[in-house]
Amino acid sequence: MKYVDEFRDPVKAKALLKEITQITDRLAEKLKRPVYIMEVCGGHTHSIFRYGIENMLPNSIELIHGPGCPVCVLPMGRVDDCVAIAEQDNVIFTTFGDAIRVPGSKKSLLQAKADGADVRMVYSPLDSLSIAKKNPDKEVVFFGLGFETTMPSTAFTVLKAEEQGIKNFSLFCNHITIIPTIKAVLDSPDLQLDGFLGPGHVSMVIGNQPYNFIAEHYNRPVVVAGFEPLDILQSLWMVLKQLDAGEARIENQYNRIVPEYGNKPALEAIGKVFELREFFEWRGLGSIDHSGVQLKSEYAAYDAEKKFVVPAVTIADPTSCQCGEVLKGAIKPWQCKVFGNACTPETPLGSLMVSSEGACAAYYQYGGDRIDAVQIEEDTAQVESL
Amino acid sequence: MCLGIPGKIVSISDVEQQLGIVDVGGIQRAVNLSCISDVGTDLKQHIDSWVLVHVGFAMSVIDEKEAQSTLAVLTELGDMQEEMAAMQAGAS
Ligand code: SF4
Repeated sequence: MKYVDEFRDPVKAKALLKEITQITDRLAEKLKRPVYIMEVCGGHTHSIFRYGIENMLPNSIELIHGPGCPVCVLPMGRVDDCVAIAEQDNVIFTTFGDAIRVPGSKKSLLQAKADGADVRMVYSPLDSLSIAKKNPDKEVVFFGLGFETTMPSTAFTVLKAEEQGIKNFSLFCNHITIIPTIKAVLDSPDLQLDGFLGPGHVSMVIGNQPYNFIAEHYNRPVVVAGFEPLDILQSLWMVLKQLDAGEARIENQYNRIVPEYGNKPALEAIGKVFELREFFEWRGLGSIDHSGVQLKSEYAAYDAEKKFVVPAVTIADPTSCQCGEVLKGAIKPWQCKVFGNACTPETPLGSLMVSSEGACAAYYQYGGDRIDAVQIEEDTAQVESL
Repeated sequence: MCLGIPGKIVSISDVEQQLGIVDVGGIQRAVNLSCISDVGTDLKQHIDSWVLVHVGFAMSVIDEKEAQSTLAVLTELGDMQEEMAAMQAGAS
């Protein structure tokens, strides 16, 4: 795929940056503050730090890193539930690698494994189903996680289990859904946002239509964006152009992947298997109405929450953690008291430090320059005010 | 988990299970094709297509034409900038 490299072309990036700077400077002068744009998706957060995009942008624009990293928003109580299931006799607990190190109130799945539980990392839910086929005398549980991007794969796997009569497979469902999440962000009183970069791969499944309410009711532009550096810069530029013209529309920068109406087979599978939960608990954000899904009652036989006794208690995050404030964009990761000292990717206290899509891990890994620059700026400001 | 990885479908391994073999940077693995093909269509038509693979499922056929047109817009922007810069330089 020769064109992948072209999405990293520095000459094109320079041209875009120049345009971006011109528009944001103009907008910021009018607004008397920076322009705030939220990238909803953790994949974008990761790319933004990996390619140093935040460092390239002018000060007149500020990116707010949204809650779209499924591992990061997983509350501690759900991790405890995973551990409780994994530690039952005769259970093989399967999970994506991303989730294995997320701290629970007592231990992570990795620690449970070290303590003797049969926890296995899988690449796909289908691998989990194969494990169930090979171990008919064990109960195999798959830890389903993610937004609409991964939801179809879990749905198809449950349908396959039913089709093939595999009874020792079940799903611990922690899938979350994007639209109520964005709504909660928009309704949050302490957040000021001018526009959004829409999540690329969630949109590949749901299409662009579901975002219309953001333009219509909240009057904010959304540009569904790809993940290469030029995708992100171009999408920012598209949001800014709309703001500059006083418009609010849904645009699709990532049309090489995202179809207007989403992916039909995927949506059908989701619709067949899942229904909305009344509410779902998020780390740092509290409970959000209709933000999670569960298996429909027809599929109760595959529902780990019905098959096993799970504690299902809400556990407050440790007081030293400020994940919630970071998730809401109220503070930057490096402003958390434990960032980089008690909380590092090797010894994460909060989940934002675990996943590479988490804002804290991304800052820790790639954000060095920006942190130094901001700190120096603050230091000099302090000196000047003395 | 959410980023996915592009690969090329090299063969169809199990029509009934809708599985194809996808080559991702030299590594080959069976990938479920249910999301990119409607029921009843011949899976073989997807051989040589580039797809985006998420957790064992091909989720999207990468549309090379769209990719090229996105790039064309960006190239134009770059050229325009250069041209404008040249014009400015010429005027001064
Ligand atoms: S540094 Fe750790 S505890 Fe603080 S917000 Fe980030 S992940 Fe949470």
